[in-house]
Amino acid sequence: MKTLKLFSVVGIAVLFMAFSTQPLSTGYKVGDMATDFSLENIDGKMVSLADYKDAKGFIVIFTCNTCPYAVAYEDRIVALDKKYAKKGYPVIAIMPNDTDVKPGDNMEAMKARAKAKGFTFPYLMDKGQKIYPQYGATKTPHVYLLQKTKKGNEVKYIGAIDDNYKDANAVTEKYVENAVDALLGGESVKTTETRAIGCSIKVKS
Amino acid sequence: MRYLIIFSVILSIGCKEAPSKKESSEELIVENNFIEGLTVVDYDGLEPYLNKKDDRLHVVNFWATWCAPCVKELPYFEALRETYPNENIDILLVSLDFPNKYESKLLPFMEKYQLKSEVIALDDTNQNRWIPAINENWSGAIPATIIYKGEKRKFYEQSFTEDELKTELEQFLN
Repeated sequence: MKTLKLFSVVGIAVLFMAFSTQPLSTGYKVGDMATDFSLENIDGKMVSLADYKDAKGFIVIFTCNTCPYAVAYEDRIVALDKKYAKKGYPVIAIMPNDTDVKPGDNMEAMKARAKAKGFTFPYLMDKGQKIYPQYGATKTPHVYLLQKTKKGNEVKYIGAIDDNYKDANAVTEKYVENAVDALLGGESVKTTETRAIGCSIKVKS
Repeated sequence: MRYLIIFSVILSIGCKEAPSKKESSEELIVENNFIEGLTVVDYDGLEPYLNKKDDRLHVVNFWATWCAPCVKELPYFEALRETYPNENIDILLVSLDFPNKYESKLLPFMEKYQLKSEVIALDDTNQNRWIPAINENWSGAIPATIIYKGEKRKFYEQSFTEDELKTELEQFLN
């Protein structure tokens, strides 16, 4: 009970801070267990992480149709899935925007985009916008690399796909690939968190 | 436009006198990072704008023409100097448009809306270096804004309504 009280006090303090100074940084940190979900895919079926019995983990990417940064990374997201799905780390793409605010991200548009770009992975709609806040995603694209453990899906990396949004050929550090390779090799991830510019996730104001 | 004319003159003189001059004058233009009417900087070039030690109030907004919430709040930033005519306020709009869109999107946007505030473009792919350098808590989503005066400084990873922006700004006014 004492813990609960303390928790509420901290919670309230954090809440006030959020309005006064810094943005509230909630969501997962590296080492946390990520929630599973059941979200609708572009083929109409519901998808959960638990469906992937043989996966060793997941490259969860919050992305969308309408953000230039997300678009700049589409081919690289497809490449990630092609390279790592067979090794046990499939890409799971989640579109977090409110589609009333961004009609260009609605289910029909998602289907069209996935078809045009040849998405080989599920492209899920975070309908009701319940999942992205739990992860703490703030923008598109925003990657959460998860490793399946006995305790659950552990967050191993949060951030950008690589260090050059502009030019895939000028990339010097492939953050996500390095992280997945480390996990596949039984090593710890060296760079666990990176920052990149992205489009804010759209909500009704 | 003036830059283009100067550039052409240098170029033509260069060509007549010595063919090698052509290359050097082109390089010069690139080094100075001038696209006609637009200053382009990397983070090292931006940093002095974020740490001016004068007694003016500085408002720095990170935006892009493709970012709808950014474009929506731009007029609020543009109006600040008129709303507070007796305050020394400098507004800087830092565009994160992609470099290949400077001429097709950013410059026409500046022209269309007749932006009064200073606009510079930040072109620096090493985002993992400069985002935390600008603010440790910035996830990288835009719009984002810095308001500072002397040692007092606040960072906002959010969009503003006009009233919210004024409320924040007024905290910096004496």
